[in-house]
Amino acid sequence: MTLQTALENEDTTAPLISIEGLTKRFAGRGGRTVHAVEDVSFAIRRGTTVGLVGESGSGKTTAGRAILRLIEPTAGKAVFDGIDLFTLPERQMRAYRQRLQIIFQDPFSSLNPRMRIDAIVGEALDARGFPRGEKRRARVAELLTLVGLSPDHARRYPHEFSGGQRQRIGIARALAVEPDFIVADEPVSALDVSVQAQVLNLLSDLQQRLGLTMLFISHDLSVVEYLCDEVVVMYLGRVMERGPARQVYADPRHPYTRALLATAPVPDPTAKRVHVPLAGDIPSPLDPPSGCVFRTRCPHAIEACAKAVPPTETVGDNHAVACIRHRELAAA
Amino acid sequence: MTTLPADTILSVRDLRTWFTTKRFTAKAVDGVTFDLKRGETLAVVGESGSGKSVTSLSIMGLVSKPGGIAGGEILFRDRKERVHDLAQLTPKGFRAMRGREIAMIFQEPMTSLNPLYTVGDQIGEMISLHEPVSRQEARKRALEMLKHVEIPDAENRLDDYPHQMSGGMRQRVMIAMALACNPSLLIADEPTTALDVTIQAQILDLLRRLQKQFGMSILFVTHNLGVVAEIAHEVVVMYAGRVVEQAPVNDLFARQKHPYTKGLLACTPHAKRDITEAGVRKALYSITGSVPPITDLPPGCAFAPRCDLAVEACRAVPPALMEAGAGRLSRCLRSNEL
Repeated sequence: MTLQTALENEDTTAPLISIEGLTKRFAGRGGRTVHAVEDVSFAIRRGTTVGLVGESGSGKTTAGRAILRLIEPTAGKAVFDGIDLFTLPERQMRAYRQRLQIIFQDPFSSLNPRMRIDAIVGEALDARGFPRGEKRRARVAELLTLVGLSPDHARRYPHEFSGGQRQRIGIARALAVEPDFIVADEPVSALDVSVQAQVLNLLSDLQQRLGLTMLFISHDLSVVEYLCDEVVVMYLGRVMERGPARQVYADPRHPYTRALLATAPVPDPTAKRVHVPLAGDIPSPLDPPSGCVFRTRCPHAIEACAKAVPPTETVGDNHAVACIRHRELAAA
Repeated sequence: MTTLPADTILSVRDLRTWFTTKRFTAKAVDGVTFDLKRGETLAVVGESGSGKSVTSLSIMGLVSKPGGIAGGEILFRDRKERVHDLAQLTPKGFRAMRGREIAMIFQEPMTSLNPLYTVGDQIGEMISLHEPVSRQEARKRALEMLKHVEIPDAENRLDDYPHQMSGGMRQRVMIAMALACNPSLLIADEPTTALDVTIQAQILDLLRRLQKQFGMSILFVTHNLGVVAEIAHEVVVMYAGRVVEQAPVNDLFARQKHPYTKGLLACTPHAKRDITEAGVRKALYSITGSVPPITDLPPGCAFAPRCDLAVEACRAVPPALMEAGAGRLSRCLRSNEL
């Protein structure tokens, strides 16, 4: 085997980061425990984007932050490039942080209003020991151009920019250290629809040009379907279903995924509506239901669903579902 | 007295709501005209800064200083068939109108619910404010309303405080409160924006059903075209304080007569259209630039700087809202080319 084919093999098959049994619990009031993320596992192959979808309270944001250890995980592994990030002492973790970056939802609160754009983007370069001076200015200019801004913008302050432009600055900052892996936490949710598309096109373009590996956290199913290779569906801290995006959207196996896809409004007044939307609310993570956490809202729940947490079963190439009735439901 | 077609409950005519300070005048709403038919839902769609919320606040008489209605009429037909111009109404006149004739629900129910009172008390207060009812009667009616909005175990939730409820439940309480006096017009300003999709579906479903049951007309303000497709009969699209397009919902989604509406629909990702059979992602259509600040609009069409179709004439004078096919309007010089 030549080196070239070896590299190609690695590129397409080996995960860059693999999350195993990720769990994050917080101490709640009165000695109770908030089960924010429970036993979440998935892998992201190099150069691909995985979408993490779920409603508020599903634990998707907590999962994203725990993977980067912006909050300390309670249990589990995050094997990145062969090393478990969760076991690294903070000092060594710091060296890894440059390779792991995050883009935040709110472009208004995530940029320091007192810093000029060159300082915001350059700060990341400093952390990497990038020399100051002309070379640094050139690199900032290059980054701004990369995200569709002008190098002249470097001397301005965040308030001089629109929401979409600020999100571009956030992306430039994340890309400054040439990270291997980016967590994008609802990066377009705060933007107006007409501006969302610009930022999505930018992310898509950067994915292709730089071969970015990304965890894309979103509640917007159509955005995830468009941008992601694979999708992980979370509900109340647990993974309900995961698989290649096209397959999951075309043939959702978990009742929750089905409900989510059926209730998302489509811009077509002639489309058939679901007349029985999912009943009730997401239960409190302080007191998640026994067995399958979705059973209290599931139209197909039976007694057995309350007994044990459903095992994750493979239903197709890389496609897995955590529902004990998935087979009968698929047949029905 | 001003006249209003019999099937029309609300007619906004050339409404101008401006915010004037020493330094500038922001024409947040500048010449907005539309009619809402009895028992129907009219959606007002736009992005931030389009003036859609200021329009709804103007109708409710809730625009505060330095803002004010600078011109135009807001004709409203009450349940006794009397026509009022809300633009001329005194604060006292509005108090009699709000709640009883016109009610409003907002995006974040927590800002409009009082955290110190139970939901039962708040709905009851709404009723006793407008109708001569006893405490007991008000409580009974409040319970009825909670049942109408399908709050499970309503008897026991009556004495809950807002913080004990989920976002979806609070929005139901808001709807119960709004409909408690059976108003003929409900103004819903982004009522599902803060909610998750599964909860949003429940609330839209509920509004549709309550409309059938109570027959109220709904003015539904939103930025989400998916939601518009689900709930509206008629759609008004706003941009930079003006109506740019108006059409019945099916016509609008079938064919857009303004480049802005067309762009809005094209730039929402839609895998069937934007990903090829082979799985290759196509670039999304995107509208360049961003919404201009309302204090610094271009001289011609406000959308011209972002428009692919803009020609010299578009930049010269603001185009008028013109007929663009049966029952529809467009503020675009080139609408017949679309």
